Amino acid sequence: MIYADALIGAGPLATLECMTDLRAGRPIGASHFDRLEPLLAHVAKPIQYVGGEVNAVTKEWDSAEVRWALMYPDAYEVGAPNQGIQILYEVLNEQQDILAERSYAVWPDLEEAMRAAAVPQFTVDGHRALGDFDLIGISFATELGYTNMLTALDLAGIPVHAKDRDLDTPLVVAGGHAAFNPEPIADFIDVAVLGDGEEAVLLISGIVRQWKGEGRPGGRHELLMRLARTGSLYVPALYEVTYLVDGRIQRVVPMHPEVPWRVAKHTLMDLDEWSYPKAPLVPLAETVHERMSVEIFRGCTRGCRFCQAGMITRPVRERSITGVAEIVQRGLEATGFEEVGLLSLSSADHSEIGDIAKNLADRYEDSQTSLSLPSTRVDAFNVDLANELSRGGRRSGLTFAPEGGSERMRKVINKQVTEEDLIRTVTTAYASGWRHVKLYFMCGLPTETDDDVLQIASLAKEVIKAGREISGRRDIKCTVSIGGFVPKPHTPFQWASQLDHETTDARLMKLKDAIRSDREYGKAIGLRYHDGKPGIVEGLLSRGDRRVGRVIETAWRAGARFDGWSEHFSFDGWMAAAEDAFSGEVVDVDWFTTRERERTEVLPWDHLDSGLDSAWLWEDWQDALDEVAVDDCRWTPCFDCGVCDQLGTEIQVGPTGVTTLPMPEVRAGG
Amino acid sequence: MASRRPPDRDVAPVVQRIRIRHARRGRLRFSSHRDFQRALERAIRRAGLPIAFSAGFSPHPKISYAGSAPTGVASEAEYVEIGLTSPRDPGQVQVALDAALPPGLDVLDAVEVRTSDFAQRLEASWWRIEFPEVDPVALAGARDAFWAAGSVEVERRTKSGLRRFDAREPVVWLDAHPEQVGGCAILEAVVRHVTLSVRPDDVLAALRQVADLEPPVPPRVTRLAQGPLDPATYAVGDPLAPDRRD
Ligand code: SF4
Repeated sequence: MIYADALIGAGPLATLECMTDLRAGRPIGASHFDRLEPLLAHVAKPIQYVGGEVNAVTKEWDSAEVRWALMYPDAYEVGAPNQGIQILYEVLNEQQDILAERSYAVWPDLEEAMRAAAVPQFTVDGHRALGDFDLIGISFATELGYTNMLTALDLAGIPVHAKDRDLDTPLVVAGGHAAFNPEPIADFIDVAVLGDGEEAVLLISGIVRQWKGEGRPGGRHELLMRLARTGSLYVPALYEVTYLVDGRIQRVVPMHPEVPWRVAKHTLMDLDEWSYPKAPLVPLAETVHERMSVEIFRGCTRGCRFCQAGMITRPVRERSITGVAEIVQRGLEATGFEEVGLLSLSSADHSEIGDIAKNLADRYEDSQTSLSLPSTRVDAFNVDLANELSRGGRRSGLTFAPEGGSERMRKVINKQVTEEDLIRTVTTAYASGWRHVKLYFMCGLPTETDDDVLQIASLAKEVIKAGREISGRRDIKCTVSIGGFVPKPHTPFQWASQLDHETTDARLMKLKDAIRSDREYGKAIGLRYHDGKPGIVEGLLSRGDRRVGRVIETAWRAGARFDGWSEHFSFDGWMAAAEDAFSGEVVDVDWFTTRERERTEVLPWDHLDSGLDSAWLWEDWQDALDEVAVDDCRWTPCFDCGVCDQLGTEIQVGPTGVTTLPMPEVRAGG
Repeated sequence: MASRRPPDRDVAPVVQRIRIRHARRGRLRFSSHRDFQRALERAIRRAGLPIAFSAGFSPHPKISYAGSAPTGVASEAEYVEIGLTSPRDPGQVQVALDAALPPGLDVLDAVEVRTSDFAQRLEASWWRIEFPEVDPVALAGARDAFWAAGSVEVERRTKSGLRRFDAREPVVWLDAHPEQVGGCAILEAVVRHVTLSVRPDDVLAALRQVADLEPPVPPRVTRLAQGPLDPATYAVGDPLAPDRRD
């Protein structure tokens, strides 16, 4: 890590205590840009820190009663295209008396300069200090953003421990998928929101507005109580966790009679009523997704057992075909983007995706606008869709995700794809002119053996063989990408043992040899994988409890930043931090990662309700061990996961009966 | 299976070219040339201008850029040329594009292209460099030392490695304001464009070398103009002027 020396050498926290006047005598809500500007001359890609994007909003400070800083705890290039932040930014700014600005993690070069010059963590819109806002909303797509949150809070002059904050300190609100188990960051946040954010941020804003209007009665504690009483906002400080002598959790208890035992997730029921983003941001800096995105549905019912996203976003809620078309048209007019992405967890599963794809492809055919549909479904229909969307364009790579290498493995994870399906699908793809097929698998799945992973090699060879036959060419390619499996909360695998990194790496080496040693096909198959170490840290953070908070803090104080970036990630640093933080405890990293849990164990997130019935999850875990698959409840009768029942709803899919997009044709330059 | 060929679409020809002068101001001075390219392409689409495209699998919009000021430097005089498939009034193009670009990337002028030697007309640039917290007397001293030097060799890292070159010779005019303006000492320079253009950074490096001028805060640089150089007065003229004549 390049920056670590500099930071440790200077003693990151020692410097901080000297940062007495972050505000430099300016009024609350004032811009700090003039103080930031001289620093920008010396850092990489300064454009990411200046804001000023098309469709950005900067409101007058005094026009608002409730002020949010929305933070994405990663670099601007990753955070700016994030849909969640963009949607909340619009939803909040549409309200007369609410103001929302954005903030992103600063790279270590700027962090160092900011510490030296006592410039606070800022928003890119108004360059206002984070400490001036009422609320800081942080969206965690992954747990690897935790250390960046600590950096941001610290740069903002906000005490990293929630218990040290006073009346004038902003509330720190965590959201995003990782917030479904916020226990490892329980000491650092004030509130966690589970599920969809649109209504939740308005609910929180309303409560804050009222409390401020009344003159902040009862101080910070009263505000937290009001939030907790809703039953859908989790305030970790209002719960006490006790442990058994063997290290397991004894219970998690609300510390006040009015605080609920369990906290529910938020679920937006009608996507068409929440037609966002309306005017997406157009970043000046280059970002990871240079396109306008429209979310065509939320949720997924395929029931892949490893998939946290699929489990916690149930039930499926589709946007209508007209709703999709409207967002696309409005978004393109507002941005000038040249690509539209039809997003969801499994986009080919929208009940009217065929019509949506065809209509959009027709409509934008001559306007130099391309359409993309990130989908990895293994079937011919998916290939048809990809063909439709690539009309007239280059057919380079197509991705499929069988996830498990062997038939047996795919039954364990409930990915219902046979080898025959896969070969038939890739054959169709190569036959329609695609030259490069990418296959996505996981390594380290429950019950997996070397043999299950080695079957990935035979599968890839079959793919090339079939491809050569159908295309009559030898230049076709197949890339195999392997992700390490990390068991996640609120999935049937939440009880599973995570594979240790040594075995993961050894297994991957065997796979590599099996592919490389093949003279006939080896050269046509590419293999991409990561070593198993980062997965262990991710596993620790995913299924950790409050004791893991000390590990995070220790790692961060020793210099951990940007843990999702391999060039910044330090496994040894994290292990040293864990050693330190767990000394005197009965638990350690293995206890949190490679240990299998029992049915009766209290899991750190059991008091957080994702809608899934825990008896159902356990049954599904047992089915996994018995290699029994379950059906997709979108198309076949329900299998009682508990979500629909609890929400008093059912799966919302078409048809709407609308097949054409009721809109004029579009041509370049009209 | 036959391999797929680029679609046989009719590529609409360019019927009109528009030359545009734009500014890069305020915080957007930190945008790079590539950042501007993307912003302009999107603004053109947002403004609904009938931009022409090249043929092939990945068609490119017909836009050409004149040498742009370095990242971090503001400018009042950047030039770009776009090819349209149907004629538009240059004044309207200016207004539409300006509205579609973010504030700070401002379109200042647009003319229909009538001449072909535009690049050659960009003979020199006129720069203003603001030095916050620098004493104008110290700056004037540095200016005089630089001016008196026959040549000042500086180094710069380029794509082809570290290069050494003379930063003095292309500077044809250099003036230090006698007083601070807005808390800054101010230097203005007119620099002839040569093969390895001398940039404001190079002039700053030269000032450090000849007079130990070490600004406490990074100076702010603005390109005020670029165009034909009047050999008598060293004034930098308007490169769009020949296009304006009928
Ligand atoms: S298809 Fe499977 S992996 Fe994909 S989102 Fe749905 S449940 Fe998750």
